[in-house]
Amino acid sequence: MILGYAGKFLEVDLSTRKIRDVKFDDAILKDYVGGRGLAAKILWDRLGHKWEKVDPLGSENVLLFLTGPLTGYFPGGRICVSGKSPQSNGIVGSTVGGEFGVELRCAGYDGIIVTGESEKPVYLLIKDYDIELRDASHIWGRDAKQTVKVLTKECRELFKKRYPLYGEWKEPALLYIGPAGENKVRTAAVTAKWTHAAGYGGYGAVMGSKKLKAVAVKGTGPLPEAADIRKVKRLIKVVNDNAYENELWRRWGTGSAGYEVGARFSSEPVRNWQDEWHNERSFGVDKFEDRVWVKQSWSDFGCPTCCLKVAMVKTGKFKGAITDNPDYELQAYLGPNLGVFTPEENVYLASVIDDLGLCGIQTGNVLGFAAELYQREILTEKDLDGIDLKWGNTAAFAALAKKIAYREGIGDLLAEGTYRAALKLGETKKTDLLKYAVQAKGISIGAHGIRSEKDYPERISYACSVQGGDHTSTTGLPIDGSGSEVWEIFNDSGVYCNFNSFGISRKVRFDFYKAVTGVELIPEDWAKTKAFRILQLQRAMLLLGGPDATWEPKEHDANPPRFYEPLPNGPYKGKAADKTKVHEDIKKYYQEAGWDKNGVPKTETLRNLGLKDVDKSLERLRH
Amino acid sequence: MSAKKEPIWIARELSRCSGCRKCEIACSLAHEKRIWPEASRVRVFMLVPGLEFPHLCAQCEDYPCVEACPEKALSINKKTGAVAVKTAACISCGKCITTCPGRIPHMHPTEKYALICDLCKGDPQCVKVCQEGKWNALTKVARRNISFKLYARTPEELTKDLAAKLYGEQGEEYL
Repeated sequence: MILGYAGKFLEVDLSTRKIRDVKFDDAILKDYVGGRGLAAKILWDRLGHKWEKVDPLGSENVLLFLTGPLTGYFPGGRICVSGKSPQSNGIVGSTVGGEFGVELRCAGYDGIIVTGESEKPVYLLIKDYDIELRDASHIWGRDAKQTVKVLTKECRELFKKRYPLYGEWKEPALLYIGPAGENKVRTAAVTAKWTHAAGYGGYGAVMGSKKLKAVAVKGTGPLPEAADIRKVKRLIKVVNDNAYENELWRRWGTGSAGYEVGARFSSEPVRNWQDEWHNERSFGVDKFEDRVWVKQSWSDFGCPTCCLKVAMVKTGKFKGAITDNPDYELQAYLGPNLGVFTPEENVYLASVIDDLGLCGIQTGNVLGFAAELYQREILTEKDLDGIDLKWGNTAAFAALAKKIAYREGIGDLLAEGTYRAALKLGETKKTDLLKYAVQAKGISIGAHGIRSEKDYPERISYACSVQGGDHTSTTGLPIDGSGSEVWEIFNDSGVYCNFNSFGISRKVRFDFYKAVTGVELIPEDWAKTKAFRILQLQRAMLLLGGPDATWEPKEHDANPPRFYEPLPNGPYKGKAADKTKVHEDIKKYYQEAGWDKNGVPKTETLRNLGLKDVDKSLERLRH
Repeated sequence: MSAKKEPIWIARELSRCSGCRKCEIACSLAHEKRIWPEASRVRVFMLVPGLEFPHLCAQCEDYPCVEACPEKALSINKKTGAVAVKTAACISCGKCITTCPGRIPHMHPTEKYALICDLCKGDPQCVKVCQEGKWNALTKVARRNISFKLYARTPEELTKDLAAKLYGEQGEEYL
């Protein structure tokens, strides 16, 4: 028997309110592990035969919250959220840090499968084997901080009433959506702990479409039994010690990158990627540390790194705004990308995004896109209902973020995300706006450019990833090399924080898997068989796509047009992606991935992996 | 550091807590041989994000819980100063919890006895991991003549205090 799993999954049908336990064979767990890998398997089995017709925001979509065997054991707990993505129409394994995955495993579940759609707003409460759907009308419409406040209080009072002799109840772990998710905004995130977000994929909108405001979980049991707990303890120490040695990484987290990725590497979005270089000393990590960080070390379960900080604006007109660091992604996307270069304004914008339940990357990207259209006078102040969307106008960007979350005015269009907004607005304005859309297959690109080749050196990082613009799952050559996304699939399927695995050898990670599960897993076997199979499944569903958008590899396995414009400033001035080289890499990647010249997985590739039914479904894409 | 057999105390500086819960991991591994946050004798509360803190026995100088136990299941370990729970005698009536000014003890999630920090026979594992990571929210000190009982406070009260320190007036909105 495979160890390290609770052994059951919770399935909740929101339409019928039926709740049941589901199990998977050891063979499936061995092949797909958990999180992202298992999500691909579950989604293919349930929806694969009608994938193109499934509306990600309809009741047919299946929403998943999955842990992995390493959740809670490998330092830095996370949970993987998945389903058919309303951004890519494929699948994203979108992970978010916090205690949710640990609580769920301690409650006796490896994951939650949500189907159907509720008539009224509900939240799911799990307390070990006591599981119920509860009314959420009183929190529907509430922002993140208020939702956390009400649910924490309500659940603790309930526990206290039901188990009066237990003593003080800790808070349950929560995953919730804000107004943006409720309004089915495609850039809405599934969020936790005020500031943590599973943003890629747009699963906040999926929760909203199902009228599922939140999931609260409190588990009082132990983590599922590990095969070799003494070995696990030793490996935890290896991961901890590695983190403890890296003092500046612990002190600043990714907060130093808001300056450095721009100033040193020319890879940071500046004014919707019109540049990737800036040298604004006002945006240095020391400014964040000295002016706004009120808590220097903020961790999720078991984390030795504490890359998170709590930030609060203490002075000026944005006084009182609270968020985390922001981390590099939100520093960049709600900072230089919008022409904003001070910690206070950046923290304020990030707090607005948190409170509304938006993804800071996807929304920061669409805000930058809109601001460039304003700069080019394609969008006017009238189009924006009087908002003066000049670069650096923080209040204007906050106002527009609110309009997006509530789908008001132009916000309704921008709520579709950059790709869809560019298409629709391009029709109205009768001009090609996709050239200003910095995205890949419906997913806006993370804050790491490829033009300077100094930060993300792979030319096909985003063009060939099965998760589009997701910077946490970029890919590269060779397909089993360190730049390939097969290793990201391991992190996202074991479900732990990859930030704690920087500097940790592949051997240690796979030893960790074995110490927990008792199952030997050789890295080569992972890359060539198991991860490869998951990759093919994700690719297949991405290409099947639909119903509102589909991807032609020839057209869409591509970098955004902006990456072919030469960098205008800085030490790498003039550098741009080279189309010929990109095409060569794509061709090579297709070969290594076992895809035909049109980018469709070959019959032989799929059959060798036991994916005969996938092969059949892809027949109609082959030409 | 104090001599091994001298009573010790775990000094706490709550605003240094990162919320990493390594103390829960270490405590449950030491006592239960599992990672089991709810069976840990020290529990990290996060009633408001950012305001995490470890909640553990303060070994009050007058030990009201020991006094209140109707079954005499609680006693004071002379060597360490910790409250010892005689698990077989405990009837999980909850008197130790209601008498504790900080409502600190809680019941074992699956067994029928209360969980109270035993100071790991003078070598507390929670302190070790907290120090290893240089958070130093928990520090081992010699037990001197101070008001330990002062530190036995409820999670709500501690949350309120930390909110005032970290978030100022703004914090009131989230309590």
